[in-house]
Amino acid sequence: MHDAGKVIIGLAIFVLLITFPIWFTLASGKAGHRPELELPKNETQCVESKEYMKAWHMDLLNDWRDAAVRDGKRMYVAEDGKKYVMSLSLTCLKCHTNKAKFCDECHNYVGVVPYCWDCHVDPKGD
Amino acid sequence: MNAVLSLVAVLALVGLAVLGVEAGGLYSLFGVIVPYIAIVLFLGGLIFRVLGWAKSPVPFRIPTTCGQQKSLPWIKSSKYDNPHTGFGVLVRMALEILFFRSLFRNTKTQIAEGDKVTYGPTKWLWMGAIAFHYSFLVIFIRHLRFFTEPIPFFVDLLQTVDGFMQVGVPVFYMTSLIFFGALGYLLLRRLAIPQVRYISLVNDYFPLFLLLGIATTGILLRHFVKTDVVGIKELTLGLLSFQPAITEGIHWLFYVHLFLVCTLLAYFPFSKLMHLIGVFMSPTRNLANNSRMVRHINPWNAPVKVHTYEEYEDDFRDKMVAAGLPVDKQPEPKPAQAEKE
Amino acid sequence: MAEAKPDQMDYYQQEDLLKPDYHPPKTGWMDTPVDFRPGSWIYPGKPKHLEYLGLPNPREWAVTDEDWKLPENWKEILLDGIQERLDKYRTFKIFMDVCVRCGACADKCHFFIGGGDPKNMPVLRAELLRSIYRKEYTLAGKLLGKMVGARELTIDVVKEWFYYFYQCTECRRCSVFCPYGIDTAEITMMGRELLGLLGIYVNWSIEPVANCFRTGNHLGIQPHGLKDTLEFFAEDIEEATGVKVKIPINKKGAEVLFVTPSGDFLADPGTYTCMGYMTLFNEIGLDYTWSTYASEGGNFGLFTSADVIKSLNAKIYAEAKRLGVKWILGGECGHMWRVLNQYMDTMNGPADFLEVPKSPITGTVFESAKSTKMVHISEFTADLIKHGKLKLDPSRNDHIRVTYHDSCNPARAMGLLEEPRYILNSVCNNFFEMPENTIREQTFCCGGGAGLGTDENMEMRLRGGLPRGNAVRYVQKKYEVNQLACVCAIDRATLITVCDYWAPGVTVTGITELVVNAMVLEGENDRSINLRLEPVGEQKEGSDDA
Repeated sequence: MHDAGKVIIGLAIFVLLITFPIWFTLASGKAGHRPELELPKNETQCVESKEYMKAWHMDLLNDWRDAAVRDGKRMYVAEDGKKYVMSLSLTCLKCHTNKAKFCDECHNYVGVVPYCWDCHVDPKGD
Repeated sequence: MNAVLSLVAVLALVGLAVLGVEAGGLYSLFGVIVPYIAIVLFLGGLIFRVLGWAKSPVPFRIPTTCGQQKSLPWIKSSKYDNPHTGFGVLVRMALEILFFRSLFRNTKTQIAEGDKVTYGPTKWLWMGAIAFHYSFLVIFIRHLRFFTEPIPFFVDLLQTVDGFMQVGVPVFYMTSLIFFGALGYLLLRRLAIPQVRYISLVNDYFPLFLLLGIATTGILLRHFVKTDVVGIKELTLGLLSFQPAITEGIHWLFYVHLFLVCTLLAYFPFSKLMHLIGVFMSPTRNLANNSRMVRHINPWNAPVKVHTYEEYEDDFRDKMVAAGLPVDKQPEPKPAQAEKE
Repeated sequence: MAEAKPDQMDYYQQEDLLKPDYHPPKTGWMDTPVDFRPGSWIYPGKPKHLEYLGLPNPREWAVTDEDWKLPENWKEILLDGIQERLDKYRTFKIFMDVCVRCGACADKCHFFIGGGDPKNMPVLRAELLRSIYRKEYTLAGKLLGKMVGARELTIDVVKEWFYYFYQCTECRRCSVFCPYGIDTAEITMMGRELLGLLGIYVNWSIEPVANCFRTGNHLGIQPHGLKDTLEFFAEDIEEATGVKVKIPINKKGAEVLFVTPSGDFLADPGTYTCMGYMTLFNEIGLDYTWSTYASEGGNFGLFTSADVIKSLNAKIYAEAKRLGVKWILGGECGHMWRVLNQYMDTMNGPADFLEVPKSPITGTVFESAKSTKMVHISEFTADLIKHGKLKLDPSRNDHIRVTYHDSCNPARAMGLLEEPRYILNSVCNNFFEMPENTIREQTFCCGGGAGLGTDENMEMRLRGGLPRGNAVRYVQKKYEVNQLACVCAIDRATLITVCDYWAPGVTVTGITELVVNAMVLEGENDRSINLRLEPVGEQKEGSDDA
């Protein structure tokens, strides 16, 4: 007994499962989709460099949260000496006014669900 | 010795990737060419190996029966440990593949009090194996967030469940820890149990160190050497839509992680890791114990030399007649025939 | 008193055998040579048997010889043989490829438990063959050699194969625990077939095979001899029970052909089991026949090669056809039932000239044997008892405190677990189980199955018999068990030694012997002696129904 049919069906299922990302993404037609960020119109400089912010903004925000909420410290001195108020709503959202068109773009793209919005209110959202 | 060799091999792979990317700037090689080669080797190799297995027939129906057979109607048969129907086999296979049923039976044999052989239950290996395989599966599925657009709901769901402790930023996944711990256990037991160390080959240590390398670089990338994950996803989507493009500015450690994963993929079909498929195809598990009910066909059932009844009677006819046993052919009534032994 | 020799059990001290050294040697297993000490291997097959069977390279040689007189192109023969078997058996391919060396099988083997030799761990037994496979069939093995578990095929490897593939009883216990179901019996069978290509056989298997080919049974009993034997049994039955039983032999047109292992014709206590069959069939009036041509249920081909299995097994269907019976009934035997359950129909079927077995006494149709047309005596007897067709007085077995040994093959290649237990519970009042990890699918081999049950292999038999013997000892101490029942002819030969050594005072019996000793027979005498012609211990007065 070879059970060729069963082996081939099994293999086909396996290949189908393994190649799921390819056909799923191609079928959705979104393979070329890239996050498009709406950047602040009147500000070109964030608290730290673009590269740093890209990789580490979650840590920065986390530190801000700890400092502000737990230690009552409010002042952040950036790498370049500039001072900022440690506040998501007052500092970050002042420039990045549209969460959906800034935060969510990347977060949705890489499947990140930050818990910022468990407490904070999205000024433009519901 | 074999463990050290394997560790060195994995470290060499790490070194190769670091050198290639950092010193050589070979981003297209490590970011595009190697992943393509790896996936081709993985899928092609795996199909080749499985078809190679399938080319050989299963000449006999030889399930290992682990319970009561189906016989008389008033005797309760063990439907799944000794299945006699296709459905029973399906359940048996599901138990084997999803819950490692056979390994769950594991016992530890000892000679106690000098003269008592005892068989205590031992679940450590089973637990280690379950923890390792399931956390690997979860991690594998979690990674789909880098390989799909849009991200399917179950990936998000799994991430939420896996990270529900909300420790760290970004949240630390429980499976990362379990995966690491299980790998460590599997490696330590291989080194610590004398019998297991005695049989362990590079083939056994290498995948363990490779996976440890993958886990370490992965955890580092998520929690310590954060890099541009959006850029990474752009790279992977480019790869899988066959429009590869290197994204600038991704940390070199990512390329190490990717290179180790590619090594695992390319190595997979040509190694013991093929047990992933082999477990489905093992004839002692995937056949029903119904060979007395349904004839199993052996495609090469070749004729063999048989001592036929006629030959047998020719050998013993006189003795049979003398003993009053019936014969098919009466001896020729010639007296003084030369006696055959 | 003469010094005991390695083929006698007195040669071995229990304290020594109870302290196996489980620590692997300092040297790696590829660099550890085989220790061919007397008592741990079996004599080679005699040339006359190989010649008779047309097997390759018949010659006189000894295991301890430096030169095993192999054919000049031995290596080529083996490599071709491996290739041929890889093409014929998916099991062989998969089992060579998927083992992860987790070690779960290690302490499941009775030879490892009793001996501690790491090469008796099932995983390493398979690696003996796998290492050559890797060298020949995998790129890594060719390039990297030893560190990936590959090695060159040498004469020493062949000798190692011989030693360890004849230290495996093909009992399949390890296969129960393997997460991929890797079956060492299958590996051992491949290994033995390969050795056979070079003319390397053990006489303990190949002589029975030659006998069976010619005379129809392993023992070489010729037709008139079998008739004498059965007549002699009938006399003993008459003495024990007062009943004169019929002896149908080679009877055309009988309803049932009965086949049992020939061990039951020769050696006690198998003989008593055989007397049990004769008495039982006579009592229920079964229209059956013995066959002299198919006078062997067992099949030492299973320990030799697939071709030999088929060649010996073919006689059963051929004889059933010649005699024109309706179906076939099989006696108590272990490996015989592996062949009948898993190989016979495939190899020598379809048995379309037979009818689906139906008990003429109870009317039960044995649906589970509807293709093979062969029923196990325990299934048949259990059905008789269930339908109240046997008049039983279990108190006649009250002097017996019995435990039940599941034979490897009926347990792990069939699943015959409840039928014998049902019978035992019906014919004995004192039945006690051994510990749960030593019975049913986890049962331990007697240590002498698969062609290893010979005296020159005494050390390995005692070591391999330790787990079983120890479990018997346990119930002997705890429940005062004094008899071990089994449904296997090899057990009835080898467990005597195992019990004498590890649990002295426990005797061995077949199930049917106990059945008949408890049966109230038509026209019986006072039944003061049993089938062994021994006075019955606590025979009750006035319990006659005659």
